[in-house]
Amino acid sequence: MFDFESYHKAESVDEAIALLAQNPKSIPLAGGTDVLVRLHQHHQDYRHVVDIHGLKELKEISKNPNGVIRIGSGVTFTTLTEHPLITGNIPVLAQGASSVGGPQVRNVGTVGGNICNGAPSADSAAPLLILNATVVLKGTQGQREIPLHEFYQGPGKVDRMESEILTSIVIAPENYQCWFAKYHKYAMRDAMDIATIGCAGACNIEGGLVNQLRLAYTVAGPTPLRCWKTEQIAKGAKADESLLELVKSSVLKDLRPRDSWRASKDFRQHVIQTLAQRVLQAILNQCGEVKP
Amino acid sequence: MNRNISFTINGKSVTLLVDVRQSLLEVLREHGYTSVKEGCGVGECGACTILIGNTPVDSCLYLAVWADGRTIRTVEGETRNGDLSEVQQAYLDAGAVQCGYCTPGLIMTSTAFVEKNKDNTSISRHDIKRAHAGNLCRCTGYETIIRAVEQCLTPEKPNQDTHCKCKAESGE
Amino acid sequence: MAVGKSVQRKDGVAKVTGKARYTDDFSMPGMRVAKYLRSPIAHGRVVRIDTTRAEKLPGVDGVFTFHDVPKNTFATAGHPFSLDPEHGDVADRLLLTDCARFQGDEVAVVVTRDDMTAHKALSLIEVEYENLKPLIRMQDVLAHDAPELHKRSRNLIKEHAYTVGGDYKKAIEESDHLIEGVFETQIVQHCHLENHSSYAYMDDMDRIVIVSSTQIPHIARRIVSEALNFPLSRIRVIKPHIGGGFGNKQDVILEPMVAFLTLKLGGIPIRLKLNREECMVGTRVRHPLHIQVKAGISQEGNLNVIDYDAVSNTGAYASHGHSIVSAAAAKTHYMYPRAIYRCRARTIYGNFPSAGAMRGYGSPQIIFAVESLMEDAARKLGIDSVDFRLKNAVKPGDINQIGKRPIVTAGLIECIEKGRDLIDWDKKRATLQTPQTGPVRKGLGIACFSYLSGTYPSCVEPASARLILNQDGSVNLLVGATEIGQGSDTVFAQMTAETLGTSYEKVHVVSNQDTDVTPFDSGAYASRQTYVTGQAVMRAASELKDKILAYAGVITGMNPGELDIDEGNIVIAKSRQTAVMSLKDLSMDAYYNKNRGGQITSEVSCKALTNAPSYGCTVVDLEIDIPMCKVKINEIYNIHDAGVIINPLTSEGQIHGGMAMGIGAALFEVLMVDPDSGRIYNNNMLDYKVPTIMDIPGLGSGFVQTHEPTHPYGSKSLGEPPVLTPAPAIRNAILDATGIAINELPMNPKTLFTHFKNAGLL
Repeated sequence: MFDFESYHKAESVDEAIALLAQNPKSIPLAGGTDVLVRLHQHHQDYRHVVDIHGLKELKEISKNPNGVIRIGSGVTFTTLTEHPLITGNIPVLAQGASSVGGPQVRNVGTVGGNICNGAPSADSAAPLLILNATVVLKGTQGQREIPLHEFYQGPGKVDRMESEILTSIVIAPENYQCWFAKYHKYAMRDAMDIATIGCAGACNIEGGLVNQLRLAYTVAGPTPLRCWKTEQIAKGAKADESLLELVKSSVLKDLRPRDSWRASKDFRQHVIQTLAQRVLQAILNQCGEVKP
Repeated sequence: MNRNISFTINGKSVTLLVDVRQSLLEVLREHGYTSVKEGCGVGECGACTILIGNTPVDSCLYLAVWADGRTIRTVEGETRNGDLSEVQQAYLDAGAVQCGYCTPGLIMTSTAFVEKNKDNTSISRHDIKRAHAGNLCRCTGYETIIRAVEQCLTPEKPNQDTHCKCKAESGE
Repeated sequence: MAVGKSVQRKDGVAKVTGKARYTDDFSMPGMRVAKYLRSPIAHGRVVRIDTTRAEKLPGVDGVFTFHDVPKNTFATAGHPFSLDPEHGDVADRLLLTDCARFQGDEVAVVVTRDDMTAHKALSLIEVEYENLKPLIRMQDVLAHDAPELHKRSRNLIKEHAYTVGGDYKKAIEESDHLIEGVFETQIVQHCHLENHSSYAYMDDMDRIVIVSSTQIPHIARRIVSEALNFPLSRIRVIKPHIGGGFGNKQDVILEPMVAFLTLKLGGIPIRLKLNREECMVGTRVRHPLHIQVKAGISQEGNLNVIDYDAVSNTGAYASHGHSIVSAAAAKTHYMYPRAIYRCRARTIYGNFPSAGAMRGYGSPQIIFAVESLMEDAARKLGIDSVDFRLKNAVKPGDINQIGKRPIVTAGLIECIEKGRDLIDWDKKRATLQTPQTGPVRKGLGIACFSYLSGTYPSCVEPASARLILNQDGSVNLLVGATEIGQGSDTVFAQMTAETLGTSYEKVHVVSNQDTDVTPFDSGAYASRQTYVTGQAVMRAASELKDKILAYAGVITGMNPGELDIDEGNIVIAKSRQTAVMSLKDLSMDAYYNKNRGGQITSEVSCKALTNAPSYGCTVVDLEIDIPMCKVKINEIYNIHDAGVIINPLTSEGQIHGGMAMGIGAALFEVLMVDPDSGRIYNNNMLDYKVPTIMDIPGLGSGFVQTHEPTHPYGSKSLGEPPVLTPAPAIRNAILDATGIAINELPMNPKTLFTHFKNAGLL
């Protein structure tokens, strides 16, 4: 039994927004794999829920004629892993989604929940950050769209107003066309685990030189983070083995991993650097495959 | 906080009065579907796995009210006219059952996987493992579970010589 | 012939159809739930506890604290009673405590109508603690000014030392090489999928009935009686199906409390069921050990002497603490019996969850140390790891130095050879260059073990079996031994069928133990049941057969000596073809003939007065990605000499499960306790890394079948042994690959990182 103090089932996003507005203590409940776990632990902040589980309008994945991909916040990790629009255009997000927990969790857990709980370890976050994803929020004050990296504000803290629902995630074509990308989750187990470090990288290469690099990490700071400085440094660098060293030597300046009982700062830093190399190597290999 | 919900379970339509605070795990067990086991209550072990439609779900993290209008399968419904399902039989043949506590959940996961991939000839050991990664088992070391699933996907019976050299897989 | 066949498990269909009922699958009208209030701190005295508000909450039937429970301490270890008071278990526990000794210690309990009310009631109990310094590290526990966890204990439960096999000093002096090592093992938790659960009520005769997930129903009955000062004859313990135990249910954990509560509350049914978080800390764990080992070896590679000094930390309460380390040390002597052994073992208290029995009972820790040291020795002498072990391994006829008895069956050498061949050791060894370079390096490892089949002569080994010939010619078998998933019911039925001459299908095993019904047996532990209970089963089956044949003689006027039973028929022994009558016809006559017969039954209760060592090894081929600090097992095999294998399929299952648990302890699992505060970080299965299906490689197994003459079917232990050697084999393979000896567990990426960094590999 989950100790709800109030429970309301919303039949639409608008109803959910109205219900959230009525009770500032309430939170949206989507897949349940996070909120219900908190309630199992008798967490007091999750006792008023607005149930948006299964809302059809949040379940769509689409691509418009301009190539803009829109992912409903209620899309499950399994759908992200298998949907042809995702695997065909942004496989790096499918990689992130497929690394979440186990199959049962992926079958109900949603991408919106993964982002909105503000976890520094969110497996979908690093891929979405390097895709320059924006999030669409709808509330009593209307709709707004902000970049994902701005949505993250601190550990467990996101820029979602009490009445707002994150309705969709948007990825523009210039952020995935002509990019090679890769996500690697480093964890203690090969399934059912929380990332020790997660790393997503993307490269846009022209004439053997890095036109643009994007690199993002999870569990390497209070929120999932982009490596802005390193990305700058890599601009115009040679897209070969030397890039690996360049990024390795710079990446720690962008990140703030900490000591915790789960892993030491030392160890996390080492993994951060190692993953930078592995992820970039995988990306360079992909380039090689496409342009032999 | 009570609601009436209707769903189909193991082919039978039911209407139940449930508390919105209840998990589907609790409701199913209360109504006699005790094959659905609780091992952790937070989606870490998979002992409470059931199928919603054809999808494996941890019933401990699934509100009972969400089952309204859905089709549910538990291992109680897998035996038809006294005959074990192919997956149930394969678990027995492969020796994939020990204490039995994870077994109902695992069989439901395997059932969904086998039904989905019955005609897929390119299923690897790795694919089988990926599909079962949400079910912990502390007795079998998983080896015989993989063999049971392989048996369901392979028309001919696997080699029954249990002392054979079991080659560890590669490429994972 | 039923023995030696992979017959289908007796409980198989019940388990795949979900019909098998476990403790939580039963309920009674009006059943209440009980829940513990657990200490948030690792060490502290309760100076004030106020339950008034909780008691007033609607739906609360009772709230109990230290003040309400009997003040006699009791021991919880699931051992048979010891007539020798010196050998008894340490009684250091009360039902509830006024001094918290670990984070999670039980300071109060509520009985309520449901879980939600229980949670609410617990939140209304006010407790004030006086904080005491938590003692976690060995040096803190043993410091001269350390506070005592238990009065007059000096934080030391037991200490003992012995030398066997000859002159220790001389052996050391005569050794060309002295190899030493210090090894640390971690806290591991059993993580059986079914958490601990019990319920109790009082029946119409005012007796307490306890239904519990226990490996030891008969022992639980006695311990409840001791804990409550309540007559044993008025206690009944029932064991339904069990969702795994691995030793954690060889301890009496919830039974005394549920019995106490129902007694206090007028006999109402009360369920006490732990959730996973409670089960991780509030039951038992495996002892962490600090082991110093020394070995003396001749230039030729002969092992002259092994010397241990082990400190075992049993945590907050003694449980099995005092016997773990000595039992484990004793069992390793069978492996290299020509060496002299010196052993010093101490068991101490500490402010973390109580350590008790866990698969292997101390041997996983001791064997990790010994087999790691053997590897170091082989390397120092430049002898191949396999050859070194072959040189020193036990041979039939060697004398065990502790019992001074010859070892009769010993297939260790054949196990090593079989393992070597399965993994292609020689070929791979020849191609592996040393030292290796590059980020990914490969290694081969081996480790051996010896173990025992039961606890004799250290403890009594009682077993009983009762057989009843049913009217339809089938038989019912009742044993006090417990099926906990390992398949004991199945092998007992096979043994019965084998000896009686009936088919396996005609043997019905009464699986749910009930101390009112099933005969006495001490239960599932020490890998004892096939070996010990098997002796009772065989004797009961022979006795039943004799009675059946005698009765056939009465009916037919034939000489019973000329008759036999075959496939459920009475036959002429010589020809075997001629069926004299069916067992059914014989049985109907016995039941219903007005002038003769009676129900034909047999019952045997006996004690095993022998113990047979079992042997085996793990061989592993792995690779390490050094920058990633990750180990990937390419191939791993466990080879066992468990005597004659009664059921190859279920035996293989025991091996796989033990290997996976061994790999878990080697590479993943540790219950993390803060060394200063005693705080437990990972009391759940997300943060405690039980391996998933993704983390376990393909598992290979093999048997070397010896015929153990002390067992009626030639069998020896197999339940625990598979867990013993994966960790040292993996450690030795990592050493082979990297040149780095990791003498601590688990060898998870965090540990590897530290070692690789210190060695300059990173």
